[in-house]
Amino acid sequence: MGNLTVSTSPHIRSAVTTQMVMRDVLIALAPATVAAVVLFGLRALLLIAVSVATCVLGEFLFHLICKKQQTIGDLSAAVTGVILALNLNTQVTVWQMIVGALFAIIVVKCFFGGIGCNFANPAATARVFLAISFAQVGAQVPTVYTDLVAGATPLGNLATGSELPSLVDMLIGNRGGSMGETCVIAILLGFVYLVVRRVIKWQVPTVFVATVFVLSWIFTKDIHMALYYVLSGGLLFGAVFMATDYVTTPIRTSGRMIFALGCGILTVLIRFFGSYPEGVSFAILIMNILSPYIDKLTAKVPFGGKRK
Amino acid sequence: MSGLLGNLRIPHRKNTASMPAVKLNPTGDILLPMSQHIGAPATPVVKAGDSVKVGQKIAEANGPVSSPIYASVSGKVLKIEPYLRPNGQTVDAIRIAPDGEMTPAEEIVPPEIVDMESFLLAIRESGIVGLGGAGFPASVKLAAQKNGKIDTVILNGSECEPYITSDTRAMIDGAEWIYKGVLLLKQHLGIEKYIIGVEDNKPECIRKMKEVFASAEGVEVVTLPSKYPQGAEKVIIYNTTKRVVPEGKLPADVGVLVVNVSSVLTLAQYIETGMPLVSRVVTVDGDAIKNPQNVEVPIGTSAQELIAFCGGFVNEEDVGKVLYGGPMMGACLATLAEPVLKTTGAILAFTKKTSKMQEPTACIHCGRCVSACPLDLDPTTFSAALAYGDKEQRVQILQDAHIGLCMECGCCSYVCPAKRPLVQNNRLGKAEVRDYLAHQATLKK
Repeated sequence: MGNLTVSTSPHIRSAVTTQMVMRDVLIALAPATVAAVVLFGLRALLLIAVSVATCVLGEFLFHLICKKQQTIGDLSAAVTGVILALNLNTQVTVWQMIVGALFAIIVVKCFFGGIGCNFANPAATARVFLAISFAQVGAQVPTVYTDLVAGATPLGNLATGSELPSLVDMLIGNRGGSMGETCVIAILLGFVYLVVRRVIKWQVPTVFVATVFVLSWIFTKDIHMALYYVLSGGLLFGAVFMATDYVTTPIRTSGRMIFALGCGILTVLIRFFGSYPEGVSFAILIMNILSPYIDKLTAKVPFGGKRK
Repeated sequence: MSGLLGNLRIPHRKNTASMPAVKLNPTGDILLPMSQHIGAPATPVVKAGDSVKVGQKIAEANGPVSSPIYASVSGKVLKIEPYLRPNGQTVDAIRIAPDGEMTPAEEIVPPEIVDMESFLLAIRESGIVGLGGAGFPASVKLAAQKNGKIDTVILNGSECEPYITSDTRAMIDGAEWIYKGVLLLKQHLGIEKYIIGVEDNKPECIRKMKEVFASAEGVEVVTLPSKYPQGAEKVIIYNTTKRVVPEGKLPADVGVLVVNVSSVLTLAQYIETGMPLVSRVVTVDGDAIKNPQNVEVPIGTSAQELIAFCGGFVNEEDVGKVLYGGPMMGACLATLAEPVLKTTGAILAFTKKTSKMQEPTACIHCGRCVSACPLDLDPTTFSAALAYGDKEQRVQILQDAHIGLCMECGCCSYVCPAKRPLVQNNRLGKAEVRDYLAHQATLKK
């Protein structure tokens, strides 16, 4: 008999790994990815592939140059790649996609220490970076089926007061917008999957969306319009896939709900009073910065502990 | 949300639950360390060459928090040798060569009990310590009743660690003894209320306990959810009485005592027969063990002999870890020469594959450890604090985050998807705070 292994307890671990969590997120993103390709054509597939490849390769090379242990196996870089691409429209050029993906993975993630250390959501930051840098990122792109005038996005229409797509078109995603953000049904499928797999808590996206709904209803005094505000733009996609990012949101569920509430309020304020029609990415970024403070606010006095 | 503490679902693996304990009569050397309990090591009262019989006192309790040790076999004392405890402390240990006769000592007579004082003395003489694994001398715990503060005794039958079924068998095979034990506690300590807490994955134990205590007044059998760690002292107290044991306080401070069911059983046997704690039931299980079973074994028998009794290993070459205790809180053995102690409820042996631990990766802030902690602690704070260079700052953060409350139950490490050594960090942090406070105290002097 050889030597016995000696280690500290516990001696059993749950089967869940970081890689499994990230794989679940990729699976949850699959319906939205498929919808993007169906609605926006093969160009969507090309852009998603470029984004994922750039993120994974970027992280690999960064770690290679910095002589750090490779982490692309945890699939988090791939997740960033998919989320970033689905956040953009098909008018983005391939080189813009590459610049955005490199910004997300190198500047926002790797420069801050890699997985678990970035304070801001890489995809949200890169989207904002691209939107500020290049005009076509904010442009209005039609789906292959839509015959709407110039394929205006509903949020653009809401802002200008022009005609809106039907609610059915909103649900299946037959309207202008970012690749992964238009098909509500696909996003909801991903949401259900993540909740069932216990990757996310249902409360977080729900609070975000509900806040936007209620405030939009108050501001427009029209429940029908409020519904459009909820279904359009990047709200649902951001609420399900970006406001639930572990790394950049508070650690306790209570904190995450406050985070979601803040995201909802900021989104509505930007949509109604800001100069951009869409505010989800900005809202998530601002709340990312506030996350450590929310953690402090929601720290619990442990069982039997004295309040200090 | 049940409103109860403890919410971790872990595999139960109670493979040996239906197996009554089989007796082992050891042939190999018996090694009895003088420290098998919390408190001062006992002092040997025999010397090399002495003949001893089962139940003969071979070491005297040393001081108020200590426990005597008895010969668990009949035979000859070979020598008194140094024994290195897993915590690094070296204590004396008495090595006995058994004669195989198991002759009981003549001095075994039921103790004479007239009042609480003599009852507590008898328990001290029984050598009983917390058999669930804590090893706190039973007499010291029960002495809290001297000033009449205790109104409730909780019999801990939750046995929440995977694999272990020694308490399960105690509740099934020794139900009558547990009943007698409760009557004795009632009679001599004057405590009226008894709660027997059992996890719902042990329906036979619940049925048996309800059966024997059917007509007993003031005894309630409470079914607890099979969610780890139901058996942790603070958890079972809260889940059965809703009382909160404050940080730095004892259960007695909220009027509660928690005793393990096997301890109560052994206590009743001692009071009736006079035979002190010389043997215990040990669950031998794990995927490296050929014939998993429960064994009633004289204390001091080597792990080697106990494992051989259970058919040995499935494959001698494929043994990764051997544990004393359960997989959540048990300690690894470095050698199979290690003796069974009063607190050893299980010996588990795992294959190399099962023993393998994954390399830790970066924390992804997922919050699973925070949700899993039964006491609402935040293990990420502890780990982050340890990274601070300044010792005072480190200790300050650890204390502010109440690290002293951590009971090292293992829930945080268990759920961590990044496989981080969270419990290990907590232990490190606790030791750091302890050292710092001790240092400050000496400076003050």
